[in-house]
Amino acid sequence: MLPFTYSRPRNIGEAATAGAQPGTEFIAGGTDLLPLLKEGVRRANRLVDINDLPLGGIRHEAAGVRLGALTRMSDAADDERLRRDYPAVVEALLAGASPQLRNLATVGGNLLQHTRCLYFHDAAMPCNKRQPGSGCPAWDGQNRGNAILGGSRACIATHASDLAVALVALEARVVLGARHGEREVPLADFHRLPGDTPQIETVLEPGEVITAIFVPAAPYSRRSTYVKLRDRASFEWALTSAAAALDLAGDTIRQARVAVGGVATKPWRLPKVEEALAGARADRSIFHAAAELAAQGAEPRQFNAFKVELMKRAIVRALADAGSLA
Amino acid sequence: MSGSVGQPIDRVDGPAKVGGKARYAADFRPSGVVYGAIVTAAIAKGRIAALDTTAAEAIPGVISVIHHGNAPQLAYAPMDPRPIVDPKTGEALRVFQNDQVLFAGQPIALVVAEEPEQAIQAAALVRASYAVGNAASDFSHASLEARPPEESRHPGGKPGALRRGDADAAFAAATRRVDASYEQPAEFHCAIELHGTIARWDHDHLTLWDKTQWVDNDRTEMAHVFGIPDDNVRVISPFVGGAFGSALRSWPHVAAAALASLLVNRPVELVLTRRQQFSSVGYRPRTVQRVRLGADDNGRLTAVIHEAVAQTSAYEEYAEMVIEPPAMLYSTPTLRADYRLAPMNVNTPCPMRAPGIVTGTLALELAMDELAEACDLDPLRLRLLNYAERDENKNLPWSSKSLRQCYAIGAERFGWSRRPSAPASRRDGHWLVGYGMASAVYPAHRAPATAHAELRADGTASVTSAASDMGPGTYTSMTQVAADELGLPINAVQFELGDSLMPPAPVHGGSMTMASVGSAVQAACRALRAKALDLEHPNRLPQDRGAMQQAYARLLARHRLDCLTAETEAMPDDAAGRFSMYAFGAVFAEVRVDAELGEIRVPRLLGVYAAGRIVNPKTARSQCIGGMVGGLGMALTERGQWDDRFGKIMNASLADYLVPVNADVQSIEALFVPEEDPWVNPLGVKGVGEIALVGVAPAILNAIHNATGRRIRSLPATLEKVMGC
Ligand SMILES: Cc1cc2nc3c(=O)[nH]c(=O)nc-3n(C[C@H](O)[C@H](O)[C@H](O)COP(=O)(O)OP(=O)(O)OC[C@H]3O[C@@H](n4cnc5c(N)ncnc54)[C@H](O)[C@@H]3O)c2cc1C
Repeated sequence: MLPFTYSRPRNIGEAATAGAQPGTEFIAGGTDLLPLLKEGVRRANRLVDINDLPLGGIRHEAAGVRLGALTRMSDAADDERLRRDYPAVVEALLAGASPQLRNLATVGGNLLQHTRCLYFHDAAMPCNKRQPGSGCPAWDGQNRGNAILGGSRACIATHASDLAVALVALEARVVLGARHGEREVPLADFHRLPGDTPQIETVLEPGEVITAIFVPAAPYSRRSTYVKLRDRASFEWALTSAAAALDLAGDTIRQARVAVGGVATKPWRLPKVEEALAGARADRSIFHAAAELAAQGAEPRQFNAFKVELMKRAIVRALADAGSLA
Repeated sequence: MSGSVGQPIDRVDGPAKVGGKARYAADFRPSGVVYGAIVTAAIAKGRIAALDTTAAEAIPGVISVIHHGNAPQLAYAPMDPRPIVDPKTGEALRVFQNDQVLFAGQPIALVVAEEPEQAIQAAALVRASYAVGNAASDFSHASLEARPPEESRHPGGKPGALRRGDADAAFAAATRRVDASYEQPAEFHCAIELHGTIARWDHDHLTLWDKTQWVDNDRTEMAHVFGIPDDNVRVISPFVGGAFGSALRSWPHVAAAALASLLVNRPVELVLTRRQQFSSVGYRPRTVQRVRLGADDNGRLTAVIHEAVAQTSAYEEYAEMVIEPPAMLYSTPTLRADYRLAPMNVNTPCPMRAPGIVTGTLALELAMDELAEACDLDPLRLRLLNYAERDENKNLPWSSKSLRQCYAIGAERFGWSRRPSAPASRRDGHWLVGYGMASAVYPAHRAPATAHAELRADGTASVTSAASDMGPGTYTSMTQVAADELGLPINAVQFELGDSLMPPAPVHGGSMTMASVGSAVQAACRALRAKALDLEHPNRLPQDRGAMQQAYARLLARHRLDCLTAETEAMPDDAAGRFSMYAFGAVFAEVRVDAELGEIRVPRLLGVYAAGRIVNPKTARSQCIGGMVGGLGMALTERGQWDDRFGKIMNASLADYLVPVNADVQSIEALFVPEEDPWVNPLGVKGVGEIALVGVAPAILNAIHNATGRRIRSLPATLEKVMGC
């Protein structure tokens, strides 16, 4: 851990200016960042604490819900309307981390949490994401937790967030604040594929802050669900997960939204699966057939090949669960 | 006078722990203390070619960077005989004595600084370059060259082979057979308290505040490292925040802290990081076991063949009793058991809760379940059919054995008769439901121990012994024994432990603290009471415990005594030569497996134990359910994820090395069968610390088979293994 300076700006402008300096990290709940700093995985000599920025609060509007970036995961999970109108979001929140962590962790920080790739976390190991050009030992190493979708030879680290999977299925947008105003980016375009530059994880510009997450109210939002699979019952990231949302007319699917987690280098929406479902009957055989399409382009490695099958089954389960919601 | 032994007394140290007053090793603050941080080797084998410490030394607050290039040669006098916690062959790692690297994660330098953060920052800046050697990092490869433990050739050494009759011929002739291999990964203790040591020199006297399960041996080992008399070293360790075997030995960081303190002439605190716990202290070795069981058509065993290969380090041989359970748990006319070690470039493994026994029992109990299927018998019935009426391994009668009662009570309580008779035949929604069971066993050991007891002027008593309490409740149970012997209420007795200045106690391991130290406490208090009775006619002492304290106070006053003391050593008698002594148990598990998604949940675990007398049913139950949770982890989540290329564990954190969390534990119950054993020790106790881990993992894996029809033969049982993809 390097010695660092600490500042606590009161408005976005100050935060953006401070955050744009090299060697700076924003800190919100700190649940992701602090362990990384201590282990020398992230190296910062300036910490900019954003907790004094006016970025809290949950606002329900006709068009959707706006979650301030500093909303604690537990507060979002406890929000009755969120639970009623966007159940997948609350299920993903409650399936993440532990109650203690959720009390501290923010939803903005959750989208920006770092991968759980074992090699990224051991500062003594090569890792292209941590140290560009040093190599990717996960490719031929302990890669059970790594991605089968969206990877490159340089990096197969998964994006670890549960919340982001539910949000990307519900077509959420991320609101970004900078010195001169705000812009909105679809969450699906917010994270970048690793390609040759796995160290660049998002489209955030230096100094830019996530100010809010906006989830549109859509016909499928209420009939949405999140299925998470892991080795222990709590306090663990997803080995594989699936979010599904259905807009039904009787037992015909008007439209569907499907995304998966624990298997891809970013929160992974599955448009082909969604297309196959649109207009079809909501039954298991259709779900199975559609889920088959999820694995197109999958590139499993030695210890994560099982995820191809597991992912399909998780999608089927999520669709079935969503279909049976009242 | 009703005894407190046998009562569910609350932990006497509970308030101190909950209130944050219990002091663990790194909680002490000798004045002027400075902080160390370890630099570890990045390669698994070779030589340190150069160490560049310039950048580290430039960090403000850094006092010294100690390494093989500047450390003095230390005495490292051989210990003869070696303490039971050290391997019998090979050489313990010596800190900073040469340029050799024997495993990745080996300490190669120590930074000492005014503040811990400065030390940590500087440690990251020490640059080592290496002449890289050819490391033995691949277990399957190393297994090919596995050999029986060297120590098996010496008296008292753990055996490399056990034989009875011609097991191979009997197996070949058997009409029912099982032949299967079982793999167990390296497992890590993961106690919440990090290993830490504070060392302070006062001239040629060394004081250590250390996380240790054996202050006496820690003292003696450090005296040998520095070539000073035992009496010049004092080790203090009043509380240990879990250890499970990881603090039996004195690891290199203890010597490193003492060396640093010597060189910088200040007290030095050195706490390992969580990641360093995975390479600087031991772990349960990775093991592969092939088991062949032969039986006749009625399910009577005719042959047991058990071959185990375990990893050890390149510099020491750590051997365990893996082949003991197959030799004694069931009756079999023939037996061939072989145990071999595969040296690798790893740090030396060490005992972890129920060392060896849990490993051997795992394979045996999984194979027994397979044999039950091959014989078309209920698994419990198969075990009863092969019940061992005496120890056929040692050829001795049992001092006591109540395993039949464990089976019967367990089966009753659990509802074993409702076990789905065919695999994969019971379904509840998404869930496949199965039942499984396994036997548990652990030897009842005892070693010499001494206790000092003292009556004070106010009639209260203080009892001491250099024992340890890593969580089981030593403070409480010893207080109970002492209170009963002295006829005092619990709150009039104070038991102290964890200081090498106290009368000697054996290692706090092998489930023998109650048997050994408890017997010494009993004997010392009995002697003390006799002394009191010598002074005063017994008729003048009351029966009531409250009154007893006043009576003692009056007695001391009358005789103008400040205190009255007794010190007694309790020695094991020769009963261990005439009887075989073990605790036994039976574990039952219900498992649910998601039929499509493979997720495994364990809604019910029941352990029934016959472990002699239970001094405190409350702490004993806590210890057992803790052990059973450990077994749950062994079954479903725990494993070191080893990378052959780097020779290291990659998931070296509590976020990635998965131990069970509360949500994994649903109904978990531990019961004790009343058992009187006149032979084990004066208290009649057998210890429950280790046995509670034994049998849990095989019960769960057997239940998974019952639920799904799938045999999982490598731990942990993760969802891809049950899904078969
Ligand atoms: C043991 C453990 C288990 C966990 N399990 C799960 C799990 O199962 N599922 C899951 O989804 N998550 C899990 N998490 C992750 C946890 O949810 C995240 O650590 C948390 O959400 C991060 O939020 P934070 O506010 O603490 O972020 P911080 O740690 O403060 O920040 C994380 C990163 O985001 C940046 N940042 C934060 N806020 C902003 C902002 N508004 N604008 C720009 N940059 C910002 C920081 O600079 C930093 O790089 C787990 C974490 C731990 C420690």
